[in-house]
Amino acid sequence: MADWVEACAVDDVDEEDVIRFDHGGRTFAIYRSPEDAFFATDGFCTHEKAHLADGLVMDDIIECPKHNGRFNYKTGEAKGAPVCVNLKTYPVKVEAGKVMIDIG
Amino acid sequence: MAKKRDYSLVGESTRTAIETGLASAEWYHTDVARKTMKELMQRSDGPAIRDTIIWIAAILGSAAGIVWFWGSWWIVPFLFVYGVLYGSSSDSRWHECGHGTAFRTRWMNDVVYHIASFMLMRNPVQWRWSHARHHTDTIIVGRDAEIAVMRPPDLIKAALAFTGILDFRYSLPTLVRQAFGTLSDDEKSYIPEMEQHKAVTAARWHMVVYVAMIAIAIALRSWIPLVLIGLPRLYGTWHMVTTGLLQHIGLADNVTDHRLNTRTVYMNPISRFIYWNMNYHVEHHMFPMVPYHALPKLHELIKHDLPVPNPSMWHAYREVWPVLLRQLKYEDFYLKRELPPTAKPYRGEFHDLDITAAAAE
Repeated sequence: MADWVEACAVDDVDEEDVIRFDHGGRTFAIYRSPEDAFFATDGFCTHEKAHLADGLVMDDIIECPKHNGRFNYKTGEAKGAPVCVNLKTYPVKVEAGKVMIDIG
Repeated sequence: MAKKRDYSLVGESTRTAIETGLASAEWYHTDVARKTMKELMQRSDGPAIRDTIIWIAAILGSAAGIVWFWGSWWIVPFLFVYGVLYGSSSDSRWHECGHGTAFRTRWMNDVVYHIASFMLMRNPVQWRWSHARHHTDTIIVGRDAEIAVMRPPDLIKAALAFTGILDFRYSLPTLVRQAFGTLSDDEKSYIPEMEQHKAVTAARWHMVVYVAMIAIAIALRSWIPLVLIGLPRLYGTWHMVTTGLLQHIGLADNVTDHRLNTRTVYMNPISRFIYWNMNYHVEHHMFPMVPYHALPKLHELIKHDLPVPNPSMWHAYREVWPVLLRQLKYEDFYLKRELPPTAKPYRGEFHDLDITAAAAE
């Protein structure tokens, strides 16, 4: 069942960047791609507990700040060692300048 | 009497590190604005392509000199240069490309990573994982797989490291064992099960090349192939050890602040080229996403929060030597790095080791 929550304003995220969003004891990462589209994933790397929001966004890739593990933030796909487990992604929509994510 | 450290990765120190929260802990980071850090983290192919062209040209040039002057004393300077490029600078290339920060383009990092791993006789799969652990648990006893000098220090072993003999004696049999499909318990503790078969395959490829080089040397009845491939790991490794030992030697262990267990040392430009700026080692550990060419800039930005760097390698070794001698008797002794007044203090609850008690024993 869908559970849309407001994560941030559109302008809170720079182009080709990521921010952290905490909600209900969970942590998410909200991305803005170079094509100006928004995406959301779990906020922690699947390798070790590091905030992906401190990492680097390059094209479709988020690189973890701790061990440089890379994921495709659009699909959640782990791109090789040291990350082996895919990242969970969440549906995103933009309404009235707000970024909404479905955490249901 | 202080308890002896157990450096196995599956022993009592491992259990203690996990139970006390030292394993996979939160580490101290100097505050850097996101916008600035994002600029510092930016990847670029340019600097690493330039440096790699120089590196390969120097390797090929010095190799040509070895072949040309084989049998005469003129070979010595070429052996010196080739040895350092092959046996030492490969370490920094392995390291930076393993982090994926040298080049922006992924495959370029991978190609140089595999070539450098081969030069170092390092299993590229095993060492990728051991290095990830080193960054998670830097100098945490029982967790870090890359502690170069353990306590109490074995000074003969440390001295022999400069010759490459010990590394060679460890690396080659390790590759042979792995090529036969056996990983040690320590290796299994940090290589995920799904990756272990890749480590075996990588070791087999390395062994294929070494066997081929030996066969070529026998067929040609010449030492040249082995002097160029394999043996530089012995005669060219001294620079890697000289620079690399300084990263953590003599400093605190079992702490969660890189300012206490890691050292930044100012070095000459040639060593910095060979070492790819890893002399800014506190900065690298705090922010491993920052490429080697941006480390001097990062250093300028955060040095107010870090211990004053050693002004030279010589200075650093002079500082370390008495600490090592003291550790022979009191292994809890270490060199506490002083912070400038502008720095945030160490978190005492984690870092106040009682070294006075150790010294008084």
